[in-house]
Amino acid sequence: MAAPKANLETLPRSVQLALMMGLVALAAFPFVSGDYYTEMVTRMMIMAIFAMSLDLLQGVTGLVSLGHAAYFGLAGYALAFLTPESEPVNLWWSLPLAVLASGLAALIVGFFVVRTRGIYFIMVTMAFAQMIYFLFHDNDSLGGSDGLYVNFKPIATLFGWTPFDLDSKVTMYYFTLVLVVAVYAFLRCVLWSPFGRALAGIRVNEHRMRAMGFGTVGYKLTAFTLAGALAGLAGYLTGVQSGYVNPELMGFHMSAHAIMMVILGGMGNFAGAIVGAFAFEYLLHVFKELPQVGSVDLGKHWQLWMGIFIVGLVVLAPRGLLGLFGRLRQSKNAKGDSHE
Amino acid sequence: MDLANFLIQLLNSVQYGLLLFMLAAGLTLIFGIMDVVNLAHGSFYMLGAYLAYSLSGAFDSLLLAILVGTILSVLFGLALERLLFRHFYDRDHLDQVLLTFGLIYIFEELRSILWGDDVHGAKIPDLLSASIPLTETMSYPVYRLFMSGVCIVLAIGLYLLISKTRLGMKIRAGAFNREMTESLGINIKLIHGAVFALGVGLAAIAGMIAAPISSVYPNMGSQVLITCFVVVVIGGIGSVRGALIAALLVGLVDTFGKVLLPQVAGMLVYILMAAVLLWKPEGMFKQ
Amino acid sequence: MATFHLRFVQILSVAALGMATTVVHAQEKIRIGFMLPYSGTFAALGVAIENGFKLYVAENGGKLANREVEYFKLDDESDPSKAIQNANRLVQRDKVDVLIGSVHSGVALALTKVAKDNDVTLIVPNAGVGAVTGALCAPNIFRSSYSAWQTAYSMGKVAAQKGKKTAMTITWKYSAGEEQVAAFRQGFEESGGKVLRDLNVPFPNVEFQATLTEAASAKPDAIFAFFAGGAAVKFVQDYAAAGLNRSITLYGSGFLTDGTLQAQGKSAQGILTTLHYGDGLNTPRNNAFRTSYAKTYKLQPDVYAVQGYDAAQMFAAGVKAVGGDVKQKDALRKAIRAARIDSPRGSFVLSKAGNPVQDFYLREAVGNENKVIGIAVKALADPAKGCRML
Repeated sequence: MAAPKANLETLPRSVQLALMMGLVALAAFPFVSGDYYTEMVTRMMIMAIFAMSLDLLQGVTGLVSLGHAAYFGLAGYALAFLTPESEPVNLWWSLPLAVLASGLAALIVGFFVVRTRGIYFIMVTMAFAQMIYFLFHDNDSLGGSDGLYVNFKPIATLFGWTPFDLDSKVTMYYFTLVLVVAVYAFLRCVLWSPFGRALAGIRVNEHRMRAMGFGTVGYKLTAFTLAGALAGLAGYLTGVQSGYVNPELMGFHMSAHAIMMVILGGMGNFAGAIVGAFAFEYLLHVFKELPQVGSVDLGKHWQLWMGIFIVGLVVLAPRGLLGLFGRLRQSKNAKGDSHE
Repeated sequence: MDLANFLIQLLNSVQYGLLLFMLAAGLTLIFGIMDVVNLAHGSFYMLGAYLAYSLSGAFDSLLLAILVGTILSVLFGLALERLLFRHFYDRDHLDQVLLTFGLIYIFEELRSILWGDDVHGAKIPDLLSASIPLTETMSYPVYRLFMSGVCIVLAIGLYLLISKTRLGMKIRAGAFNREMTESLGINIKLIHGAVFALGVGLAAIAGMIAAPISSVYPNMGSQVLITCFVVVVIGGIGSVRGALIAALLVGLVDTFGKVLLPQVAGMLVYILMAAVLLWKPEGMFKQ
Repeated sequence: MATFHLRFVQILSVAALGMATTVVHAQEKIRIGFMLPYSGTFAALGVAIENGFKLYVAENGGKLANREVEYFKLDDESDPSKAIQNANRLVQRDKVDVLIGSVHSGVALALTKVAKDNDVTLIVPNAGVGAVTGALCAPNIFRSSYSAWQTAYSMGKVAAQKGKKTAMTITWKYSAGEEQVAAFRQGFEESGGKVLRDLNVPFPNVEFQATLTEAASAKPDAIFAFFAGGAAVKFVQDYAAAGLNRSITLYGSGFLTDGTLQAQGKSAQGILTTLHYGDGLNTPRNNAFRTSYAKTYKLQPDVYAVQGYDAAQMFAAGVKAVGGDVKQKDALRKAIRAARIDSPRGSFVLSKAGNPVQDFYLREAVGNENKVIGIAVKALADPAKGCRML
């Protein structure tokens, strides 16, 4: 295997500007849209958190996890278990607890998987996710194949004071938006911290890192746990938003879609993960809505278009949208000056 | 569980294990030699099953269908390698995951367009449709014995191919050190093409011989794929011998698990995998 | 241009008559949302349901109570984790007046939640999960198919009547299977039988050999199985190949042999199943339906097509009662609950919980047809466990 190419860690000023504009647009969005699209964008933002959490492994550390959805789903289930039958649960302790549950699961699974490498890592993460999937699918006490309902959205009461109400779609939207920004800021800090530099070093050359005295297994395990916990944050939000959790949240497709999102946007800088999550969800939407042309219902064959798109993407723009953008800029600025 | 029952279950697990091996062998070779993650391997199994269904209908003979189907799927494998996979050997595993995940979507939808979404069956040849009585209530279908027989013959063939022939030697050399092998003047591209087509062929044959007893239906490949991943991980990537032993082990655990521990049967093979990894993090027979 | 013209007429009439609402309602199309599987294992079922629904509407000149209809459809992929967002798209964005879906039980449960939260009429055209017209029942929730309990309970009764004393059950380890098995046990044991053991196979595994061996060694008088589609084909074939068909009678709910007989071939011959429909049901109503369906789609209809057709009939009964004004939700729903549906399966009414009270036929697999050989239980109503509307 070729060593993964360096990622676009520092964002060009123009990309930073675009991100700021995107943030402003997101902040203004609920004012101009109806409930349906507000919910849709909320969901996209949740997926963005999920994708960013995976990017810490995939883009920064160079670990391809094909089972990341397990930790996403687990926190959703945690919310379902913590919510009583006939009243809401408190947000301020159920959220950290659910995130902790996902993190703990990731720690345990991580103990097994971080010692494996390359293809092994991919397959073992996938197999563990399947194990967790079946644990929930096969046990009626854990909801079984039908899943569980979250009958009430968590209540945000703090010492008798309730600052906001997640039952409102707009509030839920802004709550998620704040978390997206917070997670992004946090992960950017991690990226440039000594810990983040060590992770990047592991991606580029793990042998050398070990030779330099870094306990790479410990670093990888920490990253795996942290990524699992953040995926849990996204899963918790999904549970809040839809009020329903199901084993499919932990399924193979969910994991693969997260990988898609990270790749689509561009890896290793978390901005790409956000862009990718939005782009991926939007594309799925577009493909399924394709019109009927003559006797052929294009939308019915959305899987074909999705498949062709994925294959096309990986063949033509392996570094994702931001990478493509960067490459275009590069070739414009310095024609003939190859960096490869 | 009495002895007769136990022996029949043993037979069942061996038969299931052998079928898994057919799929896992190709998968492990492609992993090991080309260092390529192939999530779409299950689609080749599905392709085989659908070919068996179509061709056995057209020729009115399953054996002829398997023969023609094997040729077609090997050609398909060669073309796929040539057009797509060849360009991905040097890419990240990530790109390979993505490519093959996209292929699953494409193959499923093409299957839907070509063959529709109905369930189909393929007929067991009259010659093999008998059953051998084992107990007063239970008998064992001859066709399952035939399946196991085919798998064993192919397993032996595979062993001879890899350990006794020049091609096998080159394959092993290529897996061990690609640059070195190339510098010795061996055309590694040709070998990769051959190995890939071999893997596709084996998976398709598994699908074809399984078609009469497993029926032919949408998504049948993805169900079996994940189990095969487990087999490859347990056996050790690139090891055909490991894949055989792991496949038999998974067959055993799965078969007896369903009967003895039905509550956790779905998880058992994954628990087995975790246990093996604790003991040997690179699988039992890492090359 | 036609729509523009229509709008113009609307505006004129609004201005001139000042009784806007009724006129506008009479002109707007009724919005029908199909949330069905169009890809994956259940794709064929989704298409049959849609075909059935549209056939009824087409038979009525493409209208319901003189109002044009407009269809919105989306592929639910049989994925419950996407079900809430998919249903919300139909409800909140497309503003459908009725939801038709789905096949997968988990998806149907999610749909029920969305329908209740948004006060939209829902007709479930297949999924048999008990809770839809049980614990989750509501005035706006209906089913045009069956409950899992109904199909398996009636088989339990039949098995006992046939003189079977002991039985075992085999199904996938998932909710739908477990519901079926529990209902079979109830029907069988009420009539004096005894279920020795419930065997199951991990979902969606289709390696049945071990489980069959286990069943064979216990030698029950009968085995009750619940599988559908590809798994049903394989199960029945394996059962016959293992020689069990000669020593232990195989019973099943109708899905074991519905739409699968051609693929199962010889191995399915003679299997007795219970269902609320049979292809070979020889009544004028069914024959007319089958001819009409075959003519329109160049395909033979199946039970799923009937369920889609009846979903349209149920909704039509409601729409008719309110003279096309689908905004009168309460009256529309009351009318559906009170309607007698002239179904190809035989006419039926709905229980208070919204599930058909219907005859369950005993069918025998003969050739490529599930031949109706009698009625297993007449006018069987689902117990609607946990429903607060009873």
